[in-house]
Amino acid sequence: MEVKQAFVPPFASPAISSELEVRIRKSFLNREGSFHLNVHFRALAGFTILFGASGAGKTTLLDCIAGLTDPDDGRILVGGEDLYDSEFKMNVPAWKRRIGYVLQDLALFPHMTAEQNVAYGLRQLDAAERQARSREMLASFRIDHLRDRRPAQISGGERQRVALARTLVTEPRALMLDEPLAALDRPTKSQILADLRQWNHHYRVPILFVTHSREEVFALGQEVIALDAGKIVAQGLPRDVLEAPRIETVAQLSGFENIFDATVVALHEDRGTMTCRVDAGQPGTGQLDLETPLVRAEAGTELRIGVQAGDILLATESPRGLSARNILPGTIVWLERRDGIVSAGVDCGGTQFEVHLTLAAQDALGLATGKNVWVVIKTHSCHLLRE
Amino acid sequence: MNWEAFWLTVRLATIVSSVLFATGIPVAYWLTHSPWRLKFLVEAAVALPIVLPPTVLGFYVLVALGSRSPLGRWWESLTGHTLAFTFEGLVIGSLLYSLPFAVQPFASAFGAVDSALLRASASLGHSPVQTFCRVVLPLSKAGLVTGFTLSFAHTLGEFGVVLMVGGNIPGVTRTISIDIYDQVQNAQYSSANHTALLLLVISFFLLSIVYGLNRGFWIVSPWK
Repeated sequence: MEVKQAFVPPFASPAISSELEVRIRKSFLNREGSFHLNVHFRALAGFTILFGASGAGKTTLLDCIAGLTDPDDGRILVGGEDLYDSEFKMNVPAWKRRIGYVLQDLALFPHMTAEQNVAYGLRQLDAAERQARSREMLASFRIDHLRDRRPAQISGGERQRVALARTLVTEPRALMLDEPLAALDRPTKSQILADLRQWNHHYRVPILFVTHSREEVFALGQEVIALDAGKIVAQGLPRDVLEAPRIETVAQLSGFENIFDATVVALHEDRGTMTCRVDAGQPGTGQLDLETPLVRAEAGTELRIGVQAGDILLATESPRGLSARNILPGTIVWLERRDGIVSAGVDCGGTQFEVHLTLAAQDALGLATGKNVWVVIKTHSCHLLRE
Repeated sequence: MNWEAFWLTVRLATIVSSVLFATGIPVAYWLTHSPWRLKFLVEAAVALPIVLPPTVLGFYVLVALGSRSPLGRWWESLTGHTLAFTFEGLVIGSLLYSLPFAVQPFASAFGAVDSALLRASASLGHSPVQTFCRVVLPLSKAGLVTGFTLSFAHTLGEFGVVLMVGGNIPGVTRTISIDIYDQVQNAQYSSANHTALLLLVISFFLLSIVYGLNRGFWIVSPWK
């Protein structure tokens, strides 16, 4: 790949400094039932990362800010100016908001060339100015050689650049980017991120950057807002938000067949792990130590550990030479076939694990109730949850 | 070959398809984007001419245009004669008769435009009307040509409504399909065949345009 220079701002422009304040509620029905978005946050000029699983409400939130869907109530301000205020029945239409929005699927106009796409948002300028500005923007994104091509004739990374250029050329007061790098390979990603950082350096507007990639969160390294089931569950710097125990919600709980209350007994910062003692306080469960990933915690911190049944291995002999840190002897107490898988209950000194296996694995290992086995769990299969 | 009937029919079809082009676009856009819950009733009403016998449609148009109806009386006070059995009456009947053949292709073309493009357009500062002109219409070209051509071809071949509303007045309401009927009634099979063949060829040609367009390879190239 040729060496590419960093983003060069296409034209001098007064620095716009604005701040975004959002306080909205919105309820609607979706496939999973009713969804409630209820958020309140402020985003200063620069990157604010919206992080969360799909279905957390990230896109709905951006749609509300851009004016593409209406909240039920609340207030949205950018640079001190009201875009939406339910109290005063104020609702600026999307096309008058000057909020840049790069949609997840880019939505380039298929009947226009790259240059026409970029010039699209400059409707108010005369033709010469429009052309000059869009060409400069294309050049600064290093895609001026594509200006006469249509979206169908260029690559994914190039389409991404056209979409960014088309939005940035309008000099928006705030920028919404909905997973702009999701479909790109690593070098393209980091190039585009570098371009965005440069652009941000010159224009200083609030940028809401949606992602569910931890890697992108750390790459951007600024304020993170973690969204889950329509609510802000954490806000702060990436290491504070992402390396803290995960927030336990009904949605997450449903993904873990095995959930244990546990207490941190030792931190191994050198190894990036810690030892948690599965709670002995509950009747019917004995003591059991699990090695888990290291999070911000101290000895004595109470948390919960979630392990998916499909992430647990069973061995019929004491395994050796395995990388997995948790190898626990136990006894099969029940076996059940359902939907083509075998579900086994393994008792390890009073703590029961649910393990999912294939029928073939059950046959090969000759698993039956009462058989002695070893439960094998990788450190990173132990998910730390917090209520 | 009755050229008077032929040109009368072409004139009728041109007027009807042009008026339907102009009025069908907003109707189709409304049908595509209105959140109204009872919209399906309008959709059903628009589709009625496809299934109704032309005599039923023609009968009600005749009643509506007659001197007993408000519309008929208003037209009579304006022009001194009734709408029934006139070319204007024929245009009105044909508009209703060919309505679905324009509106349905328009609506399906508008509906096929990715809504993300409309959202992107709004976020780039374009009002709904500007978005419609710069994004929806250009991407619906094939559907617009289809709707125009189908309504033209359908008007060209209509028989029942014309007979009910227009009667059979040479130079005024005698269209080409009625001319064929007359010729057969008078046992002029040879000239009936000429006229029928001409209508067949024209209709085939028009439908070829429609299907050629919708096959896709024309959608970009002729307007590039």
